[in-house]
Amino acid sequence: MPLLDVRDLSVVFRRKGAEPFTAVDGVSFSVDPGQTVGLVGESGCGKSVTSLAIMGLLPRRGNTVAGEVLFEDTDLLRLRPQDLRDRRGRDIGMIFQDPLSSLNPVIPLGLQVAEVLERHQGRTRQAALREARQLLEAVGIPDPARRLKEFPHQLSGGMRQRALIAVALACKPRLLIADEPTTALDVTIQAQILALLKDLVDRSGTALVMITHDLGVVAGLCDTVNVLYAGKVVERAGRHDLFAQPRHPYTHGLLQSVPRLDADRGRRLHQIPGSVSDNIPWTEGCAFAPRCARVIDDCIGATVALEPTRRRDGALRCTNPVPQEVPA
Amino acid sequence: MTRPGGIATLAEHKRRRIDELTARTSGTGGVSLLRDAGRRLRRNPAAVVGAALILLFLVIAIFAPLVAPHDPVQRFPELTSRLTVDSIPGATAGHPLGSDPLGRDFASRMIYGARQTLFVGVLATLIGLLSGVLLGAVAGAAGGWVDVLIMRITDVMLALPSLLLAITLVALASESTQWTVIVAVAVVNVPVFARLLRGSMLAQRESDHVLAARALGVRGRDIVTRHMLPNSLTAVIVQATLTFAVAILDAAALSFLGLGDPDINRAEWGLMLGVDGVRYLEVRPELAYFPAAAIILVALGFTLLGESMREALDPKNRR
Repeated sequence: MPLLDVRDLSVVFRRKGAEPFTAVDGVSFSVDPGQTVGLVGESGCGKSVTSLAIMGLLPRRGNTVAGEVLFEDTDLLRLRPQDLRDRRGRDIGMIFQDPLSSLNPVIPLGLQVAEVLERHQGRTRQAALREARQLLEAVGIPDPARRLKEFPHQLSGGMRQRALIAVALACKPRLLIADEPTTALDVTIQAQILALLKDLVDRSGTALVMITHDLGVVAGLCDTVNVLYAGKVVERAGRHDLFAQPRHPYTHGLLQSVPRLDADRGRRLHQIPGSVSDNIPWTEGCAFAPRCARVIDDCIGATVALEPTRRRDGALRCTNPVPQEVPA
Repeated sequence: MTRPGGIATLAEHKRRRIDELTARTSGTGGVSLLRDAGRRLRRNPAAVVGAALILLFLVIAIFAPLVAPHDPVQRFPELTSRLTVDSIPGATAGHPLGSDPLGRDFASRMIYGARQTLFVGVLATLIGLLSGVLLGAVAGAAGGWVDVLIMRITDVMLALPSLLLAITLVALASESTQWTVIVAVAVVNVPVFARLLRGSMLAQRESDHVLAARALGVRGRDIVTRHMLPNSLTAVIVQATLTFAVAILDAAALSFLGLGDPDINRAEWGLMLGVDGVRYLEVRPELAYFPAAAIILVALGFTLLGESMREALDPKNRR
């Protein structure tokens, strides 16, 4: 039984004087205990909104959330706000993109780590601070006793993200949602943080939902990958299948666009033409069609369904997929 | 191959570098926002002058009985005997600033006046601050009709000139005491703090660290009190310092206009300036000069310190 089962999740933003905007359009995916699942896509495809909807952190006004988010058979979308609040931070942890702005600038680090322990595990301030020190040590922050008293601006970017990971994992949640956890860090620190995350989730058996636009992160970390485009899952596959044989032209294009060290230097980097603003509505065909290299007449007209593929956990939403190479 | 005293191995070299770096950085541990700002304030001449002025008047106010040569309400026969219609005695032995129109020691009255003036200013500011912060925090955190209601009330209050509003409030009270002045000046300052807090709350409501706190399941009340209010604190401190100056001026103005406590024994700069100073301006102008100068200096002190603190606490100036 999956730990998290997102079924047909939709988020529609409504604003006065503007067309309603469907940011997430019937997304379904599931996460097994201890599994790492990736949500990949470019800016504006609905990755972050999906994660905020799961956590119930979208603004109260101006949007409609539909579908089901089953966490161990409890529908998070139908929980009372105070019950959901009790689960956030305890059962589900979350890490955000920018570690500096996600930490409160005027509160010492120690109190920020201790707070979640006081809140969910009823620790006293002293006990929580002692445990905070161990947590900082566990995420590889040197001299944790001193860091407890320091303020976020006194830490380096990598240390801040380590601290946020310590906070998110403090109550040993069963699920961790990481929303672009390495985007604000430079490349060497990115690698350290990813290694740390992988190590921690492996050891504690925490399931991880990794939201990213960075295919390198996906390749290093995820068991299963969901590729999102314009609010819908367009392809789902195991990590190896996806990288070896992308079937959706969008996934294919993304992988082609990754710079490679062994590529011919004289050649221009591949790019997907156009931008998300060229999309057509999903109701009138495939949203990606105007930018697609493999577009055919059948792509326009009717909604394209997400069909299971023969690969394990695989699914594909495409009328003219990239042909599967037959192993020789 | 290695020179004596040179680096034997790469590991040795690394260890030394790490030791050097930790030795250099360990001194900065625990430097807080406020301590950092304090260091910058000490380097700013305007801040030092402002703080010195405030400290001077504060010491005078607190130790008034020790500093003052005489009782401020006692009438001295050696002074009253020399009072005439068109002359008030100036400096004499034992009375460094001479007499006031009732034969009391003017220097002692000035010194006790510091006590009175600072007391009114501090209390009016504190009351205004607490109520304003509370209202602003509620408005910003609650939003919706609560916000609209509170903000429209502050709009109305801000639309009137502050002194006019204070005069109206004093006039509404059945009898005028020191407390009517304090409350009137406090109420005038409420909208300033309310707007400040509301703005700060609104900005923070959308901030990442509040979202992160919500993602940890922190309760709404705790988010406001433990995460948002501390972030507004620096702005409140700066505003409070500047408000002190305004409060002292407003209180003095009310007394000057004869709307304060009518007790003639009370030594209060605004009252001294407004009643005796104006009436005897041609006979003995010092009766106006000294209270006026004192009011201006205190207000200047708070303004200098307030403006310097605004600069020092601005996160954009942080190194």
